[in-house]
Amino acid sequence: MTNAKGLKIDIMRSYLGRARGLGSANAGFHHWWVQRLTSLALIPLTLWFVFSLVHLTGAPYATVRAWAGSTVNATLLLALIAATFEHMHLGVQTVAEDYIHSDAVRLTLILAVKGASALLALAGAIAVLKLAIAG
Amino acid sequence: MVETKRFFFDLPKGSRPTIGKTWKAPASATHVKNFQIYRWDPDAGGNPRIDTYEVDLDTCGPMVLDALIKIKNEVDPTLTFRRSCREGICGSCAVNIDGTNTLSCLKPINAASDKPVKINPLPHMPVVKDLVPDLSLAYAQLRSIQPWLKADTPPPPDSERRQSREERAKLDGLWECILCFCCTTSCPSYWWNGDRYLGPATLLAAYRWISDSRDEATGERLDALKDPFKLYRCHTIMNCTEACPKGLNPAKAIGEIKLQIMEREG
Repeated sequence: MTNAKGLKIDIMRSYLGRARGLGSANAGFHHWWVQRLTSLALIPLTLWFVFSLVHLTGAPYATVRAWAGSTVNATLLLALIAATFEHMHLGVQTVAEDYIHSDAVRLTLILAVKGASALLALAGAIAVLKLAIAG
Repeated sequence: MVETKRFFFDLPKGSRPTIGKTWKAPASATHVKNFQIYRWDPDAGGNPRIDTYEVDLDTCGPMVLDALIKIKNEVDPTLTFRRSCREGICGSCAVNIDGTNTLSCLKPINAASDKPVKINPLPHMPVVKDLVPDLSLAYAQLRSIQPWLKADTPPPPDSERRQSREERAKLDGLWECILCFCCTTSCPSYWWNGDRYLGPATLLAAYRWISDSRDEATGERLDALKDPFKLYRCHTIMNCTEACPKGLNPAKAIGEIKLQIMEREG
């Protein structure tokens, strides 16, 4: 359809209809809240992890295995892995929703990152559990 | 010369401004300052251009709007812009001056500097003509949050609905918004997702009704906002607060909405 000046008109829906759109998803709080909780948790966990790595530099293999296998360290490592990957996929989703306007590209990226986060978190958790339980 | 910076993310080809005409000041002018103004005429089409107007500040009022009016009256009547009250109350004359969204009637001309004043329409909105942006969708978004009192309790038969002083004080910093949309059009989240994100001006208005003690639809209002796009596209960039020519704080109002939703979640 074209107007008097010959310009193509492809939207005739009212502005209010467009502004209301599909309505409220009644969601978004959980995403926002978990993103903030994981950021908070990652401050001490990351500091602890970096400090420990620096401390373990040059230590023999057996010492490092024993360190990672102790109950306290294994628990903190699992918490670090969970918080990191939860934070990562939520963050990438936010960035993708902000900047990527092709539905296909955005969905593909978000799903890929969520899948990768889940698999990497699982792999990390299994590695820690092996050290903690199998020794 | 008109500075045209080139970035990796450039404007679409048809939107890149070209260098336009220079409108000379009369020979009798004593204090000339250049105004570089965005021009686009839908009837002529083509790319927008940047015209340079030489204005004699000794015969011009102190504000940028005074220069715009002087140009329209004395130099080029085709220059198109919105204005009404010329005292920061109507919100009509919002434009982008030297990279900042503000009201041209409240923005003094820096007479001490030789630099040209650059005037563009509010960013990232469709341009109707010259400095006039199409704000239809932004107005509709404001309408969509139902910016009016909603209450089931009827008002007292012989008086208005009453508020305590403390309850009334909660509206300060919110009711003063004049809907110039300087904040909304300065927000990157609104630039990228303005079709779904409501933007700071509308969210400030929503919070104005959420915090009104006389309103009885608070939960309904929070329900309508609790959406990944309508509300949570705000990443606290705070361009809105930086831009507001009335000194309001839309970023804080949006933060308060998020806190109220959090409070409700328990």
